Amino acid sequence: MKIGIPKEMYPGEKRVATTPEAAVQIMKLGFSVFIESGAGVNASIADHAYEAVGVTVLADAPSLWAAADIIMKVRAPFVDVEAGIDELALMKEGTQLISFIWPAQNETLMQALAAKQATVLAMDSVPRMSRAQKMDALSSMANIAGYRAIVEAAQHFGRFFTGQITAAGKIPPAKVLVIGAGVAGLAAIGAAKGMGAIVRAFDTRPEVKEQIESMDAEFLMLDFKEEGSGTGGYAKTMSAEFIAAEMALFAEQAKEVDIIITTALIPGKPAPKLITTDMVKSMKAGSVIVDLAAEQGGNCELTEVNQVVVKHEVTLIGYTNLPSRLANQSSQLYATNLRHLLADLCPEKNGELNVNMEDEVIRGATVIKEGSISWPPPPPKLSAAPVTAQKAAPIVAVVDDKKPNVIMSFLPMVLAGLILFSVGAVAPESFMTHFTVFVLACFVGYQVIWNVKPALHTPLMSVTNAISGIIVLGAIVQLSAPDNLVVGLATLATLLASINIAGGFLVTRRMLDMFRK
Amino acid sequence: MSHSLVTMSYIVAAILFILSLSGLSNQETSRKGNYFGMLGMVIAIIATGFSVSMDAFGLLIAAIVIGGSIGARAASVVAMTQMPELVAIMHSLVGMAAVLVGYANFMDSTITVVGVEKTIHELEIYIGILIGAVTFSGSVIAFCKLSEKISGKPLLLPARHFLNLAILIAVVISGAVFLQQTEGDVGSLPFLTHGGALPLVIMTVLALAFGVHMVMAIGGADMPVVVSMLNSYSGWAAAATGFMLSNDLLIVTGALVGSSGAILSYIMCNAMNRNFISVIAGGFGTASGGEAAVIEGEVQPVTAEETALLLKEAKTIMIIPGYGMAVAQAQHTVYEITKLLREKGKKVGFGIHPVAGRMPGHMNVLLAEAKVPYDIVYEMDEINDDFPHVEVSIVIGANDIVNPSALDDPNSPIAGMPVLECWKGGTTIVLKRSMASGYAGVGNPLFVMENTRMLFGDANATMQAVLKALKD
Repeated sequence: MKIGIPKEMYPGEKRVATTPEAAVQIMKLGFSVFIESGAGVNASIADHAYEAVGVTVLADAPSLWAAADIIMKVRAPFVDVEAGIDELALMKEGTQLISFIWPAQNETLMQALAAKQATVLAMDSVPRMSRAQKMDALSSMANIAGYRAIVEAAQHFGRFFTGQITAAGKIPPAKVLVIGAGVAGLAAIGAAKGMGAIVRAFDTRPEVKEQIESMDAEFLMLDFKEEGSGTGGYAKTMSAEFIAAEMALFAEQAKEVDIIITTALIPGKPAPKLITTDMVKSMKAGSVIVDLAAEQGGNCELTEVNQVVVKHEVTLIGYTNLPSRLANQSSQLYATNLRHLLADLCPEKNGELNVNMEDEVIRGATVIKEGSISWPPPPPKLSAAPVTAQKAAPIVAVVDDKKPNVIMSFLPMVLAGLILFSVGAVAPESFMTHFTVFVLACFVGYQVIWNVKPALHTPLMSVTNAISGIIVLGAIVQLSAPDNLVVGLATLATLLASINIAGGFLVTRRMLDMFRK
Repeated sequence: MSHSLVTMSYIVAAILFILSLSGLSNQETSRKGNYFGMLGMVIAIIATGFSVSMDAFGLLIAAIVIGGSIGARAASVVAMTQMPELVAIMHSLVGMAAVLVGYANFMDSTITVVGVEKTIHELEIYIGILIGAVTFSGSVIAFCKLSEKISGKPLLLPARHFLNLAILIAVVISGAVFLQQTEGDVGSLPFLTHGGALPLVIMTVLALAFGVHMVMAIGGADMPVVVSMLNSYSGWAAAATGFMLSNDLLIVTGALVGSSGAILSYIMCNAMNRNFISVIAGGFGTASGGEAAVIEGEVQPVTAEETALLLKEAKTIMIIPGYGMAVAQAQHTVYEITKLLREKGKKVGFGIHPVAGRMPGHMNVLLAEAKVPYDIVYEMDEINDDFPHVEVSIVIGANDIVNPSALDDPNSPIAGMPVLECWKGGTTIVLKRSMASGYAGVGNPLFVMENTRMLFGDANATMQAVLKALKD
């Protein structure tokens, strides 16, 4: 089948859906590849580079759309009024389309595509699971966006990122706050760290704490218990109390940090407003905010989409095309994502697309199949991050059951008291003297042993074992009894106890001699 | 020797024993503590020895010399891995001695007490023999279990609790008969015509049977508790003998040993999150409510060379030894590896679970034998929170003490027992002979975790191979 790669028409879009390297791999799957002239120019890939690997270059968009069975794009089909080109109108009946679609936000587009009897695979709908990572264009683009966000911030920030002590004075390091530690957030942390800034990060999902700390950034803890992990490894909307606590944290941080990168997104919803006008006002002059959520309305109240504006002496960057600003790199990664998806769609390498709806990854990505809308897909069976919240719950419950019962805790004492009293009532005085000694000795033993280090338990046991050989005294006093049988028993007992005494003390000494620092 | 002088010697001996036990609570003072104990014992024996008539003196010297040399020989040849067995068999000697002293006292015709005092005296004999006999037979069984002469699996007779109860009732009844028959009877011979002899013998047999049954029903994983419990019993037997002979030193020392053993058992039970009573009643792992989760998944084997590579790359390493290390005598090789890694500037520690091995503190003794400095040997509570920072943990022949299902599977037989949470670290390498389950007979989900690698084979042989690979 013929795969067509049109030139992206969306304003400012510089990416291209395939590169010569990826095209070679795609052709190995049995497809033939066509590209619109100039499609890769903005990503620094000339037409002859494609021609060199055997890609056919077609002169304009209409001839490409007419020739191809499969269209691979970056952006969803777009109508350019000025240039008079409507990609939807160019599309043949039954075309297969692979690109970003955003089906939740673009219902009319979905209807139009369905009317064309098209089969559409949305790169934004590829499920988040380990097997699908190689085709997860959202992640690969977010990675680039995160990196670029720091580059943009550095561009508009009037100081160094790294701290230095120079002959001309001290340069303090920049403080960067990253909100939302998804792929973009982590990439931003990495880039900022690499430039020498002090980086802090916040996320509602506690499991990303380790990831943040592994990048050497500081995780800002919120003293509040709520699990922020939704299904599929994304965040979910939090309770009002949580958001209040979170906002207080941001307000406090805003006064301190120089650069804020916001990446907070909730799937299928407008971006949460996290940075208020007041917070922006409280920031130092010359600070920079890069709002990666600008396309979904922005995390900052003052962000203007696709604009760089200065408000209250703070630069607000609302670019939505950050990946496009690194067009060559992002084209390479996107092309690789597409190539992997194609490889899954064409397992027999015969150049035919097999949209296998049994396959969980393909099922998730397919939003329209032969004209019928198949979005949203059933929920994924596997979450990217396993839910671990309930681990300790059963044990906690058991502990709660053991609330001390007043009667039960006093009962043994009362019983012991009664027994002691009744013994005292009948026993003769001589017994009571011994008994006093006995009870006191028990308490001394208790006090002495309680602080023994566990490492010394074995020597302690063998020494007490030797000491319990004191029973030899009992045997000795009977040695001088008149009766031979008694003397015999006593002698045997002395012998046994002596083994114990000598053995116990000597083996303890042997053990203790081995302990060394 | 005058009576006051003997008493004074006894007071000195008792104080020395107390100092001995308190000295044992710390490594720095422990050696001194041991010498205090020896001194106290010598003083006590000499002071008592002077009360013996001249013709019995020879017997005394002979018995002490022969017994002492047997004991000294045993102490010098025993391997450190066999310490639990040695301690158990020594407990049985104390138990036996208590029984013998009790019988000797029972037959001694020179004791003349009357009335309530006589009743109490006879009761003291009875109780002394009872505790002695239980200690004796229990320790013998514990010895056999520890030295694997008999299976470590708990023997669970049907209605075992009723059996124990029946024995208890029989002991009480024969005690009552015993007291009745000895009433008005002065010690006379021959033995069997002696009033109360028959119930005394019956009780002894019952007590021996009880000791056997009690320890037979306790599983191998609970052995540390059993050993320290028998330690406690041997102390109580000495204390009972002290009451019988009106000897305060015996009472004091017996009580010291008895309460220290009881506290040790209690500490052990806490460490396993188990009820003391249920350990004594036996049947470990049989009382759980539901089916424990079946462990599924694939283990990922690793070679000694790959293990060495992992160790070379890690900065912090934790070694978790278990009974398997004792069996394979791998502690010396383990320390060689530790030395090598420490020379390379790595942080190496040992994590010791309180019930690792077959008696309390068993692992510490083994590591000390291999000359591991005790300041890199940590208790579970000291290091459990640090595991997220540990890059490689090596589990040597341990199973139940690193079983995550103790924390997250309420149906697991070891549920609620604190364990070393090595899986929270980077990579865990588990040395194991085969895929058999641990002493508690519980499957271990640790083995199939994503960051766990299994190194199969004899612990010593594989550790040698790792050492060799590390040196290359």
